[in-house]
Amino acid sequence: MSLLSTHGLTAFYGDAQALFGIDFELGAGELVAIIGANGAGKSTFMKSVTGLVRAAREQVRFDGQPIGGLPPGEIVKRGIALVPEGRRLFPSLSVEENLLMGGFAGRPGPWNLQRLFKLFPILEQKRALPGTSLSGGQQQMVAIGRALMSNPTLLLCDELSLGLAPIVIKEIYDAMPAICAEGMTVVIVEQDVSTAMRVAQRIYCFQEGRVSLQGASDQLTRDEISAAYFGV
Amino acid sequence: MFETALQVLLQGLLLGGLYCLFALGQSLMFGVMRLTNTAQGDFIVLGAFAAIAGLSALGALGLPDALLPWLAGLLLLPLAFGFGYALQRWVLNGTLGKDPLPSLVVTFGLAIVIQNLLLELFSADPRSIETAGLNTRSLALPSGFAVGVLPLLILGLAVAATAALQWLFNRTQLGRAFRAVSDDKEIAELMGLNSNRVYALATAIAFVLIALAGVLQGMRTTVSPSDGPLLLLFAFEAVIIGGMGSFWGTLLGAMLLGVTQQIGFRIDPGWGIWVGHIVFLLVLVLRPQGLFPKTRG
Repeated sequence: MSLLSTHGLTAFYGDAQALFGIDFELGAGELVAIIGANGAGKSTFMKSVTGLVRAAREQVRFDGQPIGGLPPGEIVKRGIALVPEGRRLFPSLSVEENLLMGGFAGRPGPWNLQRLFKLFPILEQKRALPGTSLSGGQQQMVAIGRALMSNPTLLLCDELSLGLAPIVIKEIYDAMPAICAEGMTVVIVEQDVSTAMRVAQRIYCFQEGRVSLQGASDQLTRDEISAAYFGV
Repeated sequence: MFETALQVLLQGLLLGGLYCLFALGQSLMFGVMRLTNTAQGDFIVLGAFAAIAGLSALGALGLPDALLPWLAGLLLLPLAFGFGYALQRWVLNGTLGKDPLPSLVVTFGLAIVIQNLLLELFSADPRSIETAGLNTRSLALPSGFAVGVLPLLILGLAVAATAALQWLFNRTQLGRAFRAVSDDKEIAELMGLNSNRVYALATAIAFVLIALAGVLQGMRTTVSPSDGPLLLLFAFEAVIIGGMGSFWGTLLGAMLLGVTQQIGFRIDPGWGIWVGHIVFLLVLVLRPQGLFPKTRG
């Protein structure tokens, strides 16, 4: 049984339709990447799954239960956490307070402050500083840590590499095996195709709100991905 | 000359204590929800009249007169908490959004309703809370000055309330929740927070402060149903001078307002209030963000 599935998922911003019937399947323990150009609907998909954009009840199922249309607070309590695009740390909270906010849902599990400081040691040194005073890469670590603090079953990461230097991106993705080692299922949204191909087991490519390609990352060719990514 | 200046300063600080209590609730509601409560002054007056009504009921118990206003105040605080919670949860939350106009219109409407309700129930006559002589008692200071016991008590309560709010904001889980929903409501909800409930708790606490301010205002002087707009103005000026959303800034803004009003009163008894307005306008023009604009510690 899949951990997360969407069937004919549609999403709207006012009158504008952003998703046109997305079918998506994710098994427990998988690491899947969603790629696509700007405006392809990747972030809207993440928002629909986490309740930030409204979805019909049966269009999103998690752990066998329909979760479409539930409020974000209820969805995080069921075990889905989002690392949002642009990190969106709370500016008035310190690094430690930002991390503690992630634990607000009160789900039991292996992730706590000590564990996170082991994964990202730099955060322990900077725990008392305002979260937004850190470098982009360190802020991304806080955003990931904040999501992990809710001890999710499914971690959704939206544009982890956005605006970061290649060396920082590598450092962040190097932490993924330690995260996945806990049996966590991960979905990453990534514009950098080579990074996505390197870290993910399966790839979904979105184009204009539809799935244009899917398959195992080691079986897809560059030409197939180019055609699905750009539509040419 | 020096003694006069010292006396003006002292009286101004004592008056500032009361203004601080008028303003703290406003500062809290703006800091968490970016909501300007234009009925703030009328809710303060409502608190005072609720205490006056409560005193009439408690009078039948045969308790000592000196105890009654404090007992009425204490009983009023949990009621104010519940009222503030319900008001935010089921009325004001519906007005929040990017456009500040709906909340301004709704609270303005509430102000009119409260004024007319109080006029209907209590008439236009000024009333006060009987304090068994506490409001006329004074302490003699070594330098020959005397300060009122009640104003001193109000100042102490204002400093304590400011410190307590700042501690709540900076050191508790609820304070973190207040700051998080204020920073980014959407992401706060992704963390499992119910922002409507957090907003309601902020307003509930603000209404405890409003009720406290109302009771102390009624003990210190007289109140009438039409006093609300002037009290709102003082609260608003204290918050603007101090810096929106900053509790210590609100206290200092209130002190500055109190001192400048006292200086005005000293120059001419009719000048006090408008000298305060002039300082407020100067701050608004020269430093619109206020003198101490820091919401978070």
